[in-house]
Amino acid sequence: MIDITARVQSVWRRNWDAFLRTYRVNFIPPFVEPVLYLLALGFGLGTYIEAVDGIPYPVFIAPALVSISVMYSAFFECTYSSFVRMYYQKTFDAIIATPVSIDEVIAGEMLWGATRGMIYATLMLPVLLLFGVVAMPSSLLLIPFAFLAGLLFAGIAMCFTAITPSIDALNYPSFLFITPMFLFSGTFFPLDLLPQPIQYFALAALPLTHVVAINRAITLPAFAPLNLFSLAWIVVAAVFFFVLAIRLMRRRLIV
Amino acid sequence: MKMIQCISPKTGGTLEVLGMDVETRQRQIKSRLGVVPQETNLDPDFSAYRNLLVYARYFGIPQREAERRAKDLLAFMQLDEKRDVLIDKLSGGMKRRLIIARALVNEPELLILDEPTIGLDPQARHLIWEKLRSLRAEGNTLVLTTHYLDEAERLCDRLVIMDHGKILVEGAPADLIREHAGNDVVEVERTKKAVARLDDLGVNYDLAGDVLQIFTDRPNDVARELLEVCRHEAAVTVRPATLEDVFLRLTGRSLRE
Repeated sequence: MIDITARVQSVWRRNWDAFLRTYRVNFIPPFVEPVLYLLALGFGLGTYIEAVDGIPYPVFIAPALVSISVMYSAFFECTYSSFVRMYYQKTFDAIIATPVSIDEVIAGEMLWGATRGMIYATLMLPVLLLFGVVAMPSSLLLIPFAFLAGLLFAGIAMCFTAITPSIDALNYPSFLFITPMFLFSGTFFPLDLLPQPIQYFALAALPLTHVVAINRAITLPAFAPLNLFSLAWIVVAAVFFFVLAIRLMRRRLIV
Repeated sequence: MKMIQCISPKTGGTLEVLGMDVETRQRQIKSRLGVVPQETNLDPDFSAYRNLLVYARYFGIPQREAERRAKDLLAFMQLDEKRDVLIDKLSGGMKRRLIIARALVNEPELLILDEPTIGLDPQARHLIWEKLRSLRAEGNTLVLTTHYLDEAERLCDRLVIMDHGKILVEGAPADLIREHAGNDVVEVERTKKAVARLDDLGVNYDLAGDVLQIFTDRPNDVARELLEVCRHEAAVTVRPATLEDVFLRLTGRSLRE
């Protein structure tokens, strides 16, 4: 049984308040990242690429940039930042001395990670519109979907945080899982350029593949039946890792 | 302590806090407890004032009420001037005071303090003692653990001395001192003459390093006898017995690690 009540919002609010206190620095990545990537890859390198499947290259990578930003913000929030709060700041210890349960603390952290992903997607949208690389109004769907995708990455991240022996060990999932995903999830080139076994592997085990597929369907817009499979994959995985993270964290924190 | 706070599962037996079982009614118990942990776990992302507000939110206290309590508590703990200062910029004593203020934000029926003055300078300790005494005077129940026996002697109405998880004695500090150490202690350097005289008199003594300690109700008589034999060789002092004497007599002098 997972013990979550409305008190989970007090944990989420704590992180929201801390985020607002340093909003200037927090708002830099979503504005700067898409500009840099679009200029360097989209319009720089992209001039050598006529089109991908008939889509101009900057338009092809735009939804991938949103997906990557959501992944990074949610994943790093619930790995390094959560670990700092749990281990160094003892914030979790302070909270569980109140009527807030340990499950609510972990759930609040993950919901916050998802929110952060959504905030970043929201802030990126006007920049991408300015470059004319995403279509409206369908691209407004990027925002709610970023929350779901963010929740998935937050859940995966929290599982790693629950089992990591130290903050340094979080570098393993960052470099061995997140970085390969950044490159091989149909982000900067279509998945079908890869050998077939790797394609299947990406579809089965790399969550970003599904997130990019859906975001691309949203920004073009061009929906296909396969998107429903991706959506289902994400929902199931998000719920699974959400529950697993809480269970692993209980094991770590209840002593 | 952690089992009382409903943070660690109980290892055996039965445990009730405020008449409620710790396994089934954790939230109700926690909402009525105030906890001052040994480790400073204030939230470094916020100012002193915001720390109290954010913490009040965990208890579900409405914003306006939380603001009123936070202001009152900062004033009570003499932290008014530090209201908007981040935690990192506070001294050790201020942090401990703020943690006590934080523990009071839900107006707890029971305040649990784990080593509340550990590592503080004398001024900071005295200020905290003063505040804890005034809380006690208002009728609050405080449970505190401490290794500072002078602290226990000053603050506690009832005291339990524990060693290796077992309760050795229990009672009011003054009673425990009278019972286990007597009223006074005579201390003298360990010299052959002093030992010989004490043996002649048939007086019991304890050995504490290079010092002989005599726990007695007739300190002046003992001191006079000792002064006769070792007037120019060793200092003789008479002092009231303390809890520390009780503690050391009960738990022995070997280091506990």
